[in-house]
Amino acid sequence: MPEEVTKLIHKYLRHDKKFPHVWCPGCGNGIVLGALIRAIDRLGLAKDEIVLASGIGCAGRMPVYVDFNTLHTTHGRALTFATGIKLAKPSLTVIIVMGDGDATAIGGNHFIHAARRNLNLTAIIINNQIYGMTGGQHSPTTPYGCNTTTSPYGHIEQAFSIAELAVAAGAAFVARGTVYHAQLLEGLLEKGIQKSGFSVVEVMSNCHIQFGRRNKMGDPVTMIKWLKHHAVTIEKAGKMTHDSMKDKFTIGILADVEKPVYTEEYQKIREEAKRSAKEPKR
Amino acid sequence: MSAKQSKKMRLLQGNEAIVEGALAAGCRFFAGYPITPASEISEMLSLRLPQVDGTFIQMEDEIASMGAIIGASLTGVKSMTATSGPGFSLMQENLGFACIAEVPCVVVNVMRGGPSTGLPTSPAQGDVMQARWGTHGDHPIIVLSVSTVRDCFDLTVQAFNLSEKYRVPVIILSDGAVAHTRESVTLPSPDEIQVIDRIRPSMPPEWYIPYEDNSGGVPPMAVFGEGYRYHVTGLVHDERGFPTHRSDDIQASTNRLFRKITRGFHEIQMTKSFMMDDAEVAVIAYGSVARSACRAVIDTREKGINAGMLQLITLFPFPRDVVESVLRQCRAVLVPEMNIGQISREVKRVNQTASKVEKHNRIDGQLITPDEIVRRLMKI
Repeated sequence: MPEEVTKLIHKYLRHDKKFPHVWCPGCGNGIVLGALIRAIDRLGLAKDEIVLASGIGCAGRMPVYVDFNTLHTTHGRALTFATGIKLAKPSLTVIIVMGDGDATAIGGNHFIHAARRNLNLTAIIINNQIYGMTGGQHSPTTPYGCNTTTSPYGHIEQAFSIAELAVAAGAAFVARGTVYHAQLLEGLLEKGIQKSGFSVVEVMSNCHIQFGRRNKMGDPVTMIKWLKHHAVTIEKAGKMTHDSMKDKFTIGILADVEKPVYTEEYQKIREEAKRSAKEPKR
Repeated sequence: MSAKQSKKMRLLQGNEAIVEGALAAGCRFFAGYPITPASEISEMLSLRLPQVDGTFIQMEDEIASMGAIIGASLTGVKSMTATSGPGFSLMQENLGFACIAEVPCVVVNVMRGGPSTGLPTSPAQGDVMQARWGTHGDHPIIVLSVSTVRDCFDLTVQAFNLSEKYRVPVIILSDGAVAHTRESVTLPSPDEIQVIDRIRPSMPPEWYIPYEDNSGGVPPMAVFGEGYRYHVTGLVHDERGFPTHRSDDIQASTNRLFRKITRGFHEIQMTKSFMMDDAEVAVIAYGSVARSACRAVIDTREKGINAGMLQLITLFPFPRDVVESVLRQCRAVLVPEMNIGQISREVKRVNQTASKVEKHNRIDGQLITPDEIVRRLMKI
């Protein structure tokens, strides 16, 4: 098994990129990247077919390490670049990786409109509830009362629930996983990539350096264990009372619906436009 | 379409001619957001692009429009967006991305009065310096200015060509007057138009170094999905495209960005001279003001003063060679602009002669009339 894992890593990592990577020891981003690579490998997608795009932040550094067509865009705008890529070349499999602040604060507008528009894209949002790279400022998913470098007296805003937001905005496929449930995550990513339409996979992750330390959440292992104890599968959550779900979150597939995919609809428009252009003008 | 048909004279507005120019240049992707006085470009391309297997999309804002055209261009498709002042402000961040990642694209800014929401339906030229310096950091960029409907066609083709050749975003500055004026024009047939495409790598993927320096300073550009798996980033990067903090790498890549434009300067700098042979006073103008200036030069000559006009088509890189020769030739130069004085500063900056440089400005949403220019020329 370990040998196979090593082989897989070498198959997909860029050998001309100078390591070490930028992530802190114990960071959940590596688990997400590992799950993504396994999902892609299992789907048997060619490296040339894949575009991995990202925004800014710790999650934004992911594309540089892997051997795909990779794009590291501006803060919050990864989905807009991805939209252009997918529309101009629909044969490419476009995967976008963002952080919670990247996707839902500065990129919030792009996020809801991408979900509404329903292009065949897969958006992975690593939610560590903080701006890690810039030094631990509160993000739209920082829980009420938490201590961050820009809420030193405690956070007074309410947090977004990203997966639910995606469902409400109309995403065709929405799932949530955690970095503890690595195998579940792998499956969710696989389904997300396979899905024809806009898919969102939110991944609850740990930032022990910027979030955990200030909120006495402990070391990476403790934080990842916290994720284990607070994640409830959707099936189980349905049987639980509102009160017992209070500090918990659901994992699994929240939405999987069929709706018209933009690129397919646009192809029909092209046919229609060509037909009407040929018709003699009245 | 037969050659005879395509040669037909047509009544077009500036925005329509930009659409025709874009399609003739090979533009097959457009992303935009509604804004006056640029909306016609979006509307017409939403009709025309799907007819030629292209793509039109209306995005959620101008930030997204700019992002989308960069994304499309990375797949090898010529891309454009069009906007006006407020939208142009929103595009600046991603415009910088296109500069540093060297992604060809064309941005049309149909200028209106500003700042902020400003004067949505009145022409102005207030975005000249924003077009040059709007995105943060040192960067090269090409800015062209249109003054007639025919210009709108020709310079849009030219904008795509320069953008492809130098891998740099090209800004077309139009204004509310040029955009909405209808003129009779005969557009050139496709075989009369020179279309330039970006250079693609000819070496196998394993030999490809995406940002490698060469004699022209413009590296070949691989298309996503064709085996050249490389990294594109807005971070300062080394020649392999990977982020770097090494000062020797940083210096080399930034220098190359400027050098590629400097090398092409004589091709990029475009101007038109009108009655300049014996001119002792000159008007330096661009955009719709150049039309008034043209008339003013004729009227001033009737009053016995040898006037001439230099029309700037390229605003940036600033065509200093030609401007300097006008300054050497003439005792005085007038720079009329529909702003508080943005190009006049550039003219003054390059002036190393004894000739006087005066400015004439209007920021009230009205066009500068030939009479105003004549009155200034008589006194200069």
